Amino acid sequence: MADQRISPAALASPFIPNLWDLLALVFILLSLVLIVWGAHVTNAPLSALDATPISLAPAHLADYALRTTLRMLLAIVFSLLFTFIYATVAAKSPRAERVMIPVLDILQSVPILGFLTFTVVFFLNLFPGRVLGAELASVFAIFTSQAWNMAFSMFQSLKNIPQDLDEAAASFHLTPWQRFWRLEVPFATPGLVWNTMMSMSGGWFFVVASEAITVGNTSITLPGLGSYVALAIEKRNLAAILYAVGTMLAVIVAYDQLLFRPIVAWADKFRFEQTASENVPHSWMLDLFRQTRALRALSLRLGTLARGASKWPVRLPSLPKLRFELPFSTRQIDLVWNGLVLALALAAMAAIYAYLAPTISSAEVGHAFMLGLYTLARVAVLMVLATIIWVPVGVWIGLRPRVAERLQPLVQFLAAFPANIAFPVFVVLIVRYHLSPNVWLSPLMILGTQWYILFNVIAGASAFPTDLREAARSFHFRGWRWWLKVMLPGIFPYYVTGAITASGGCWNAALVAEVASWGSTKLTAAGLGSYIAEASSAGDFQKVVLGIAIMSLMVTMINRALWRPLYKFSERRLTM
Amino acid sequence: MLDRSNPTHLIDIVDVCRSFAKANGTKIDVLDKVNLTIKSGEIVGLLGRSGSGKSTLLRIIAGLVKPSSGDALCRGAAIAGPPRGVSMVFQSFALFPWLTVLQNVELGLEALGVEAATRRERALAAIDLIGLDGFENAYPKELSGGMRQRVGFARALVVHPDLMLMDEPFSALDVLTAETLRTDLIDLWIEGRLPIQSILMVTHNIEEAVLMCDRILVFSANPGRVGADIKVDLAHPRNRLDPAFRQIVDSIYARMTQRPETRTAALEGIPGTGVGMMLNHVSTNVIAGLIEALAGAPYLGRADLPVLAGSLQMEADELFHIGEALQLLRLAHLSEGDMVLTDTGRRFAMLDTDGRKKLFADLLVAYVPLVGLIRRVLDERPSHMAPAARFRNELEDYMSEDNADETLKSVVSWARYAELFAYDEQAEAFSLENPH
Repeated sequence: MADQRISPAALASPFIPNLWDLLALVFILLSLVLIVWGAHVTNAPLSALDATPISLAPAHLADYALRTTLRMLLAIVFSLLFTFIYATVAAKSPRAERVMIPVLDILQSVPILGFLTFTVVFFLNLFPGRVLGAELASVFAIFTSQAWNMAFSMFQSLKNIPQDLDEAAASFHLTPWQRFWRLEVPFATPGLVWNTMMSMSGGWFFVVASEAITVGNTSITLPGLGSYVALAIEKRNLAAILYAVGTMLAVIVAYDQLLFRPIVAWADKFRFEQTASENVPHSWMLDLFRQTRALRALSLRLGTLARGASKWPVRLPSLPKLRFELPFSTRQIDLVWNGLVLALALAAMAAIYAYLAPTISSAEVGHAFMLGLYTLARVAVLMVLATIIWVPVGVWIGLRPRVAERLQPLVQFLAAFPANIAFPVFVVLIVRYHLSPNVWLSPLMILGTQWYILFNVIAGASAFPTDLREAARSFHFRGWRWWLKVMLPGIFPYYVTGAITASGGCWNAALVAEVASWGSTKLTAAGLGSYIAEASSAGDFQKVVLGIAIMSLMVTMINRALWRPLYKFSERRLTM
Repeated sequence: MLDRSNPTHLIDIVDVCRSFAKANGTKIDVLDKVNLTIKSGEIVGLLGRSGSGKSTLLRIIAGLVKPSSGDALCRGAAIAGPPRGVSMVFQSFALFPWLTVLQNVELGLEALGVEAATRRERALAAIDLIGLDGFENAYPKELSGGMRQRVGFARALVVHPDLMLMDEPFSALDVLTAETLRTDLIDLWIEGRLPIQSILMVTHNIEEAVLMCDRILVFSANPGRVGADIKVDLAHPRNRLDPAFRQIVDSIYARMTQRPETRTAALEGIPGTGVGMMLNHVSTNVIAGLIEALAGAPYLGRADLPVLAGSLQMEADELFHIGEALQLLRLAHLSEGDMVLTDTGRRFAMLDTDGRKKLFADLLVAYVPLVGLIRRVLDERPSHMAPAARFRNELEDYMSEDNADETLKSVVSWARYAELFAYDEQAEAFSLENPH
C-alpha cells in the first residue's frame, strides 16, 4: 500500500500543510479545548453540583454527554496503567501469579455495581467537599468493568511471547525497560485493544449507573447522561429519555469512529503473523491523519519522542535481587509463601465473618441464596431464549456475506449501547399494561448483552468454510441434520465465546434491571439483584456484602462448571 | 579486510554438560562433556540430527542457556548472559513484526545506546551490504522468506560482532532461495566484507555444512557429544559436483549411519531400550512409500542415502528418521551411508493392503516393546480398556514429556494402521474394541 511506505524523502518538507490538515486540526483543537474545560469543572467544590441542578432541556445534552465521555476516557487510562503493572508483575513472578491470577478471575465475576455505594463513600471521604471525589467514584466504577479482562489479556500475551523473539531480545541486550516497550507491549496490543472494546459496553453501562447515586440519605448527581436519565425517570418525562437514547447513540458512534476504529486499524500492525492478511481494518479517521502532511510530521515527531523514551537503555533498578544466601531451598520458600497466603486468607475469612455474623442470621443467608436461585433461573431462561432466537438469525445473516457486512457493525454497536438508558421505555410499558414485574422486568437483563451472542454467531457463520458447506450440499444434508451435523458444530466455538460474555453481563445487569421505577411507581422483581440494590440504597452494608458474596460465588461456579468445560470442548474438538 | 592470519580463541567450551529436569524430578542429559574451540577467521558447522543437542550448545554460547557443569568462555571470560560481541541469526527469523526493516536492524544498536545518527548510518550500511536496499520501510510481513532472513543477517551484522551464531538459518527457506542466500553470504565472507571474525552455524543439512564450513563438528545424539571434527580444505567457491566435495559428503553420511562395533540392546539412532524406547512419528504411508521406492528400479533393494535423499527431495534428517523406523521394524537397515531392504522388507513390498497390515502388526508386537505391553494390558483387563496416562507415566520415567507424547503418538498411529488396538482421543484411553 502506498501510504504505508513512507520514504524518508517525503519527510524533507513536512511542514507545508495540505487541505486535510485543516480538517484534522479542527478535531484536535476541539478535543484540547474540551479536555481543558472538563478539567476546570471537576475541580469545583461539591456544592456547585447543587447550585446547577441537572436540567432536562435538550440543549444541555451535549454538555452532559461530554462529561460522561471524559469519565470514560479517564477510566481507560487508569485501566491501562493497572493492566501494565498488574499483568507484568503476575507474569514475571510465579509466586505472585499464584495469588494474583485467581484474584483477577474472581474479580471478573464480582458484580462491582453492588459496591458502588462503598466506593462513592470512600472517594468522597478521600476528597472531602470536592466534586473530584464523586467523579473518581464514577471513574472507578468504569475502571472495574474494564480493568480485569484487560489485565487478563495482557497477562496471557506476556505468557505467550514467542520463544524466538524472547531470545532475540535477550541476545541483542535489550534492557527490561526496552524489552517492555519494544516486545511485550506491542505483542500484547491486539488482544488488549480487542478486550478494551469488549469492555466498552460494560463501561458505558457503569458510567450511566454511577452518575446518580443514593447512599442512605445522601444522594449525589454528577452532571452526565446517567443523571439526566435518572431525573427524567423521576419526572416521568418519556421525551427526555428518548433524547438521552439519541444522544447516547451519537456518542457511541463518535467514540467508535473517532477513537476506537483508528486504534483498531493502527493496532493491526502489531498482529503477530508473518503473512499479510486480506481483511485489513480501515478507519477514515486514521487515513485522515495519515494523509495530512503537517499532522503526520507532528505525529511522527511525537512518536519519535515517545519512542525515544522506550529506547532509553535505562538499566532499571531491576528488582533488588534478594540474594542473601538463605539457608532454605526455593521449595521451602515456596512452602512459607503458600502458608503465608493461606493464613492471610483465613484471617480475611474470620474478619468477614466477624463483620457479618452480628447482623446476618442463617435464615437471611438462606433467603439471599433463594433469591440467587431466582436470578439464576432468570438468567438461564433468558440465555435459552436468546439462543433460540439469535442463533438461527445469526446463521442466516452470516451465510450471506453482503447482509453480514452491513449488519455486523450495527450489531456490534448495539452491544456497546448501555441498555440501562433504554430501560425506562420498557418500564413505561410494564406500568401501563400492569404486567407482572417478576416476569417482564427479566428481559431487561439481557437487553444489552444478547447482541454478543448474535455477533459472535454471525462471525462464526461467516467464517464457516465454503468447501464444507458445498460438501454438505452435495451430500444432501438438509433440515435438522444440516443444523446438527454441519452448522452448529461449526459455529459452536463462536457461540460459546458470545454466550460467556452475555451471561456474565446478565448477572451484572440484574442489579439494575430487577428494580425499576417510573416517577413514584416502583417495580421490583424478586431476585438477588434487587436484594443487593435495595440493601445498598438503604445503606445496609452487611446485606450488600452478603448479596455480592453469593452472586460472586454463583457466577464463579457457573463459569467453572459450565462455561469453561464447554469452551475447552469447543477448543479441542470443534476448532478448525 | 579483517586480519585472519593470527587466530585467537573466541569461544572455549570445556567439558560442558547440560541436563534438563523433568516433572518427576529426574534429569535428562542433553549435552555430555562437550569440548570445542572457535578461533577467529573460521566458519564452523555443528552438524547433527534434530534433538542431538546442537541447538542447546549454540544457546549456551549465545548466553541464553546456562551449562549444568563445565566452562563456557567467550574471549576467556565466563559466559553469563548474552556476551557482547556475539549475535544470533534465528531459524524462524525472529523479526519484530511491528517494526520496519530499518527499525529491526537498528534494534540491536539501540540497546547498546548508540547515538541516533550513527545508528541510522550503520543500519543503512548493513542493509546495503546484505542487499536489502529499498526495503528499509517495509514491514516483515510484506517480505518473502528470503528477504526476511536477509533482515535477520543485517540485524546480526550491524552490531559488528566477533562471532555470528546461526541456528539453521536456511532451513525455513525454499531450496532456491536458500542457495542464493548461502552463496551471497559466502561471497561476502571471502571478500572480507562481513564485519565479523567467525561464524558458528547449526545445521542438519550435510551438503550445506560442506558447502560453507571450514570445520564441521558432527554431533552424536543422546546425550549430545562431538563425534568427529572434520576439516574441509576446499577453496571457496565450492562446487557441489566436485568429486572431492562428494567424497566428503559421502563420508559424513557414512559416519552418521555407522554401526557401532558392539551391538547393544539399543538400536543405533533410536535411544532407549525396551518400553522406554523413544519413537519418532513416521507415517505408515511414508514407510510403505519408501519401501516401494527401494524395492523398485533403479535401487532394487539397496540405495545410496545421498542419492535417495536427492531423488526423493528429502532432507538427510528426514530420511534418517524414516530409515530408523524401518530399521526398528527390521524392514531395512542402514549401513555405510546405504539403506538396504531386508527380506521382510521385500516381502512387505509384494503384499496387498491386508497382508501388509498383518505383517506390520506382527512386526510391531515383536519389535516395539511398548506396543506389546499395551496389547498385554488390554488383554488382561476384563474391560479391555486402559487409560493412556498409565503408559505415559511409565514412559516419562525414561524420557521428557514431549518425547513421551511423540512416542505415544507414533504407537497410536502405527497400531491403528495395524488394527492392533483402538485409541479414543477424547477419553485418552486405549481399547480393544474397534468401532463398527
